[in-house]
Amino acid sequence: MGVEMGRERIPGFELEGRDEDGMDRGILTLSVGPQHPGSGHFRLIVKVDGDMIVEALPDPGYVHRGEEKMCEYRNYIQNIPHLERPMIADSCGILYPYVLAVEEICNIAVPERAKYIRVIMAEINRCIFELYWLGIYGIFLGHSTMFMWPMADRELLIDLAEMASGARVTHAYFVPGGVRNDLPDAFPEKAKRHLLYFKNRLKEYKDIFYDNPLFQARTVGVGILSKEDAINLGATGPVLRASGVEHDIRKVEPYDVYDELDFEVITMKEGDSFARAYVPWLEMYESVEIALQALEKMPSGPVRTKLGPNPKGAVGEAFKRVEAARGELAYYLVSDGNPKPYRVKLSVPSFREIPVMAHLLKGAKLADMPSIYWSMNYWPVEADR
Amino acid sequence: MSQQGQADTDQLIVEKEVVDKVTARFGEKVKVAYVKPRRIRFNVSKDHIIDLARFVRDELGFDHPISVAGVDYPKNKMIDVVYHVGSCTNERYRSFVLAFAVQLDRDDPVMPTLTPVYRGVEYHERETFEMLGVIFEGHPRLERLLLPEDWADIPPLRKDFHIKGREE
Amino acid sequence: MLRELLSPKRESKVADVERPANFNVLVGKLSEVLVRAVDKPLGYAINWGRLWSLWPVHLETACCSLEFGAASGPRYDVERFGIIEAFGSLRQCDLMVIQGTVTRKMAPRVRMIYDQMPEPKYVIAMGACAITGGLYFDSYNVLPGIDGVIPVDVYVPGCPPRPETLIQGCILLQEKIKRTRFR
Repeated sequence: MGVEMGRERIPGFELEGRDEDGMDRGILTLSVGPQHPGSGHFRLIVKVDGDMIVEALPDPGYVHRGEEKMCEYRNYIQNIPHLERPMIADSCGILYPYVLAVEEICNIAVPERAKYIRVIMAEINRCIFELYWLGIYGIFLGHSTMFMWPMADRELLIDLAEMASGARVTHAYFVPGGVRNDLPDAFPEKAKRHLLYFKNRLKEYKDIFYDNPLFQARTVGVGILSKEDAINLGATGPVLRASGVEHDIRKVEPYDVYDELDFEVITMKEGDSFARAYVPWLEMYESVEIALQALEKMPSGPVRTKLGPNPKGAVGEAFKRVEAARGELAYYLVSDGNPKPYRVKLSVPSFREIPVMAHLLKGAKLADMPSIYWSMNYWPVEADR
Repeated sequence: MSQQGQADTDQLIVEKEVVDKVTARFGEKVKVAYVKPRRIRFNVSKDHIIDLARFVRDELGFDHPISVAGVDYPKNKMIDVVYHVGSCTNERYRSFVLAFAVQLDRDDPVMPTLTPVYRGVEYHERETFEMLGVIFEGHPRLERLLLPEDWADIPPLRKDFHIKGREE
Repeated sequence: MLRELLSPKRESKVADVERPANFNVLVGKLSEVLVRAVDKPLGYAINWGRLWSLWPVHLETACCSLEFGAASGPRYDVERFGIIEAFGSLRQCDLMVIQGTVTRKMAPRVRMIYDQMPEPKYVIAMGACAITGGLYFDSYNVLPGIDGVIPVDVYVPGCPPRPETLIQGCILLQEKIKRTRFR
């Protein structure tokens, strides 16, 4: 089948289902994004038959900044600031496995107090991300209150993170060998106050969002992902758990002090957009619980192991993974004995949701696209790195 | 710290079990690169990688693809393609990450795709294709993914690609 | 002044003005006077209208969009300054906030969107990456600043800028519009 000029916008992509006289049989190709209220800096090429999506081809890469190449030109400490930029709403979560991997490669011990502080900050960051995500989900579905409420509550948690690290969103707080600085004396008390307030506030979210018939009409039964597909397509985090797979790295392979804290893994069986939106809400409860427990148990002592200048890694490789807000985040770090890493590979949850998204959009209605797209917890900046 | 170390050595029994099962099935075709706590890596030739992937998915329960990473070694004239898979269904191996790697010739990096076994690796393989120039035979859509459409340089994650002004 | 124009010299005859050539000169000068007379109030009114109804186009380029979102949240609430309610249709927008890194893949799209927006249009470059490339100064896929692609009115530094800084940038843009001469 010949391809006319102008038809072929994407290399290797051609319009299917054309008759011999060149007329389309009702298959229309739409390009959604990168400037579109229903997509971030990301493009989806969808082929629609009437209102039904026949095929969806994600086209990421609009924010590809070459993080992995840049890592090879900087030493282990210099890599910290730019590695958290892909996901500044959850900047502790994205830095966590990198720090763990460097600690394994360079053989650095971590003080006990630092481990607790890391857990507290990671959980606060998880809530910060989930709230932002929930707000944008509300905007996508045309629910303005759902944008305003989480945005307002998010600022309280950002205040906590800012108090500890000094920055609103880009904390650069985790360093190999602990955390950058100790918590201020007033932090535990303020954190407890804000977290308890936030916990009470979460209950109201259910009343106004999740019990809302309009929200349910747009999400219940939309984009159902089966358990087998979720596993084989490599879905992670809330997407995987909403399909009934009990897989949480904090439980499966506890890092730092997660094995000493008491929490539950949230799962739902439905696997639709509503379940994917409901699981993060339940997880925020668990996050608050974890942070409160860690605040109670936190011992006193040093928070950072002193490192020599320019730490060198042993020859070898490390693969570390944590449960970030969007799912399993892993770093594959290869060292050749120099102060700079030989290769850093980020396996980010957003990138892993791309095939899931393409799978779910196939056969869905075009009007359900925003609901499915954003329930994926997809963050283009992180996916492109 | 000592408790953790103790637990790790206990765990290594299970790791050995995985290694034994794989070597019993494949023998000399699969080489064990390392066995660390909860991390195992096999090196395999490109002729047997699909068999190995099917075996660990169906028999051992490593059904959850995590990542595909390519590493360039210009000194050894090879490109390492490392698949990391985890397990969601097998309780015993749940905390494990299994890596299996293929060493490819740097001048002619061609290997079969693993998309029939793990559908989730489709986009990871596309990324490896454009970042390191590894060609996956039988891949459903081996095209540009992240780089701009008019990219005309060599694949950026090869070691002989230097960032401008940072040549060493 | 009008009087002077009508009769530059007292002693000249009225018949001079009635001559077609002289009459044309008179009309031309008269229109200039009229424009000068209404320029200030009218320009002020039009600038005032533009000033308080800046609509940014819904275009994100990188991670600064997070702080852009926070700025329209309840705590910072930029809408009280008459700006920032990100809007889908670029045909109705007159402000473009470049939220962070512009990559080589994104740059042609940004230019395309800018060209489609109606005049007058203003651009705010938000974040270090949009100004100079920022942290990604040596990346192979990042432009060293957006101002090689589109003209920028206000630069808002920071990585990412706090919402307060973004608000300040917006107010600076409003100051700039206030001083613009209407044509």
